[in-house]
Amino acid sequence: MLQYESTPYIFNLLFDIIFKAPIYVIFLEGFLLLMVIWVLIHKQTNGSRKLTEEQKKEIIKNWKPEPLVPEVDENDPTLKTRTVEGPIGKYIFVDGHKCLNMSTFNYLGLEEYPQIKKSAIETIRKYGVGSCGPRGFYGTLDVHLELEERLAKFMDQEEAVVYSYAFSTIASAIPAYSKRNDIIFADECVNFAIQKGIDASRSKVVYFKHNNMRDLEEKLIEQHKMDVKKPQKAAKMRRFLVAEGIYLNTGEMCPLRELVQLRSKYKLRMILDESVSFGTIGKHGRGLTEFLGVDKTEVDLISASLEASVESVGGFCVGTHFIVEHQRLSGLGYCFSASQPPLLTQVVITALDIFEKEPKIFKDLNEVCEKVDKKFKELSRFLLRGHPISPIKHLYLKDDKTSSETDEILRKISDQCIKMGLAIVPCAYLPIEKFPQKPSLRVAVNRLLSNEEITKAFNILQRASYEIK
Amino acid sequence: MKKSNDVLPRTNGIIQAYGFINGYGNSHTSNDKPVTIDNYTSKTSANAKFKDQFVLLQKTFLDHNKAKKKSKESFEEAPLITACLTYLGFYFLMIIGYLNQLFFVPKVATEKNRDGYVPLYDAFERFYSCYVYRRVKDCWNRPICSVPSDTLVLKDRITNDYGWTFEFTGTRTKCINLGSYNYLGFAQNSGPCAEDSIQAIGKYGISTSSTRRELGTNTLHNELEVLTAQFLGAEDAIVFGMGFATNALNLPSLISPGCLVVSDEKNHASIILGLRLSGATVKVYEHNNMKSLEQVIEKSIVNGQTLNGKPWKKILIILEGVFSMEGSIVKLPEIVDIKKKYGTYIYLDEAHSVGATGPNGRGITDYYGIDPKDIDIMMGTFTKSFGSAGGYIAGSKNLIDYLRTNSHAHCYASSMAPAVAQQILTSMKIIMGLDGTDEGKQRIDQLARNTRYFRKRLAQIGVITYGHEDSPVVPMLVYLFSKIGAVVRTLTKRKIAVVGAGFPATPIMEGRIRFCLSAAHTREQLDYFLQAIDEIGSTLGLKYSRKPQDAETIEY
Repeated sequence: MLQYESTPYIFNLLFDIIFKAPIYVIFLEGFLLLMVIWVLIHKQTNGSRKLTEEQKKEIIKNWKPEPLVPEVDENDPTLKTRTVEGPIGKYIFVDGHKCLNMSTFNYLGLEEYPQIKKSAIETIRKYGVGSCGPRGFYGTLDVHLELEERLAKFMDQEEAVVYSYAFSTIASAIPAYSKRNDIIFADECVNFAIQKGIDASRSKVVYFKHNNMRDLEEKLIEQHKMDVKKPQKAAKMRRFLVAEGIYLNTGEMCPLRELVQLRSKYKLRMILDESVSFGTIGKHGRGLTEFLGVDKTEVDLISASLEASVESVGGFCVGTHFIVEHQRLSGLGYCFSASQPPLLTQVVITALDIFEKEPKIFKDLNEVCEKVDKKFKELSRFLLRGHPISPIKHLYLKDDKTSSETDEILRKISDQCIKMGLAIVPCAYLPIEKFPQKPSLRVAVNRLLSNEEITKAFNILQRASYEIK
Repeated sequence: MKKSNDVLPRTNGIIQAYGFINGYGNSHTSNDKPVTIDNYTSKTSANAKFKDQFVLLQKTFLDHNKAKKKSKESFEEAPLITACLTYLGFYFLMIIGYLNQLFFVPKVATEKNRDGYVPLYDAFERFYSCYVYRRVKDCWNRPICSVPSDTLVLKDRITNDYGWTFEFTGTRTKCINLGSYNYLGFAQNSGPCAEDSIQAIGKYGISTSSTRRELGTNTLHNELEVLTAQFLGAEDAIVFGMGFATNALNLPSLISPGCLVVSDEKNHASIILGLRLSGATVKVYEHNNMKSLEQVIEKSIVNGQTLNGKPWKKILIILEGVFSMEGSIVKLPEIVDIKKKYGTYIYLDEAHSVGATGPNGRGITDYYGIDPKDIDIMMGTFTKSFGSAGGYIAGSKNLIDYLRTNSHAHCYASSMAPAVAQQILTSMKIIMGLDGTDEGKQRIDQLARNTRYFRKRLAQIGVITYGHEDSPVVPMLVYLFSKIGAVVRTLTKRKIAVVGAGFPATPIMEGRIRFCLSAAHTREQLDYFLQAIDEIGSTLGLKYSRKPQDAETIEY
């Protein structure tokens, strides 16, 4: 029997199979074979179109790039930046006019404390100006470690991490946690740095209506329905909720209590940007969590700017050791940027000393904010927006005009105010904002404003808004 | 004929003198060519034949230099055995790590109150940082408590649990600093820069608490922008409060989807982030490889956009002047040729080269003698050579105006702190010689001399270094992951502070130690260091180089 299983026998068997098979099977298999051959050959020639060298040269010769950037009109109003002379305080010199300052973010008026400047000068005498390296490469000075410890203690958290620029703080923190297949739920009025952080994370993003919890919950339910359909994907998808304590773009406070309820119900992690609320609200100036009495375990990461109430340059994140430590290896703006100049670090430490010693300043600020809120609501041509105790408030024109017309009117009103001795400027936005913001004049309240000064500011605004049509 | 004999030594004399003053020895940038020709033509009569002869002479001289220039950059490959050992060593570390993870409870913090949530971190990332990186964790993030100048004072810390936690011992160690980016030695706590900065605090306060577009522009910023443009030879400039943000927040407004970016593979994280935010198509070319660059551009133009085959809106080549991890200098003349040939644009990041290269410290364009106007976008930082913080972009007036209206950083991020701006102003004036002294020139020359001497001596010792001989960033290859830790620790014991870099910052194969030279270093400090390297190079086995070694003493 064995000899029959030799080669000719196998051929016989094969022929047998082919002839007995139905004709459509032969066709189908033949077609598949041809397909495979075609794909293999095509793959080799694919990638570059079949062109002769001359044709290639012709294409290269004919390719005309667009100009690097479009022509900019020299009269573009955004090119005319105002120049400030001298220090920033309750009063500033703008383009030669002495003005009551209602524009820069130094809400607490720390100019009253000479020890801040003194500590900065002492630090220059000790460390020079720059740190000449990132944190990993001998750019960590003892003041950085001290500040991180102090901030964690001040915020009653386990750990803090300091960045050298506020914009990069939140914009680095978000992509450190949220990655490509994750999802972020964010308020549609979040500031530009948060928008960029979300973009950098490449996660899916769902924007909900400003401070609208019903809308957020609807979107969370929608997502939940999708998760049920694709449980495998859902099991790997990290979820984040991003909000601001007080929104820079609206002055409104976020409903943190409701947010954390939803956060826990739908198993999201929460990132809260307290850039406006840190050092302004709460009994000890710790921000919104303190103000609303929300438990610190409810918010996973708090990020804030050191460029507003603290009047330095930089930013920080606080939270548990588990969360924050991760940024030391994954926060791009932390790892790949030079560390904060030590003098600016020392300034924050000195400011924290003041915060801890005199928590009264926060109460004072809140009172002034409420006074401004009450007074400015009476402005006849403006609509005031913002929480009463928020140091940031927005004034929107009541008249029904297009956005570009409004821009121009606001600019003229601002010019007029500056001439009359009140520094107030329109909020600067770029057209690439995710959701276009309504043009407004932004009011930043300073703790040192007296009742007379608030009335003066009110009168100037009132007059200027009537003079400009 | 006699005349030509007369001229030749004289011109050579000029060239040599020029080279000597610059501290660049015999190396010449193409900048010298027009200079000497001008000198020559203005001084002699217009004898055409004679001129031809001279040009020919000079051409051979320059060709010779060009050939020399090619050999100025070195990326010696590792012996095969080292390569194998490096991989083995790395896998061994990983296996030990896994075993460690199996048998010992990690001390790492765990997340509380988040039961049932999707894990926050990737398991491998977590493992890598806890069981591989932790072993050498003590080599990074070392706190210091002094100016990071030629020396620094380390705040000593020890770990009793293999890198999980650190404790301060309370002692301090003064080390020679070869880790900070203090190229021109402006990290100082006294002298004109510090004094002026202190005055700026008195005059302008600590910060501006506002953005440039609103009320964050003060007289210092305006002055700095004018001076930066003047320093770089550009029409206009714009400055930002953070170097990282300068790349990350401006690239998105310069390019958009439909544009092609051809990016060097070793570009910095900030550039990569900026490109990611821009949405443009990015193609990477091999590090400093002009052939690869040209191929990518040619193929891209021919094929058009990836999805629809339409022609690209514009093509931008992005590269760095001096690459901070490789120590190489970009081949700018060739890139300018490619740019002109294809009609692309150039974005040059001079974070590590401005101040540190070129006879006048003006960066790579100065080094090669290229007209700054040929570079469309010149970006750089003030952190390194100027001992401050922040960044700039310089270019045509229209470009800068466009950025003033569209840059994210200009519109949304806070402006530069006055003391920081003043430090740059004063140091830049010193570099330019506007302070009326030649201190800036001296610093530039000192750095160039230090660099030359240091690199040559290292080659003589027999270690492998990467990069260009004029680059003040000197990476020394140690290959094995564990050797990074060993070298950094041993050098610390000898009171020298250096920086190590390993995976994931470099390929697994190429663990390295990086030295950054400074004008503040003295010859004695360098000699002390080089002797230490020679000694530990023998004991730790760092002398990988198989190149013939020059036995002659190297002149400082």
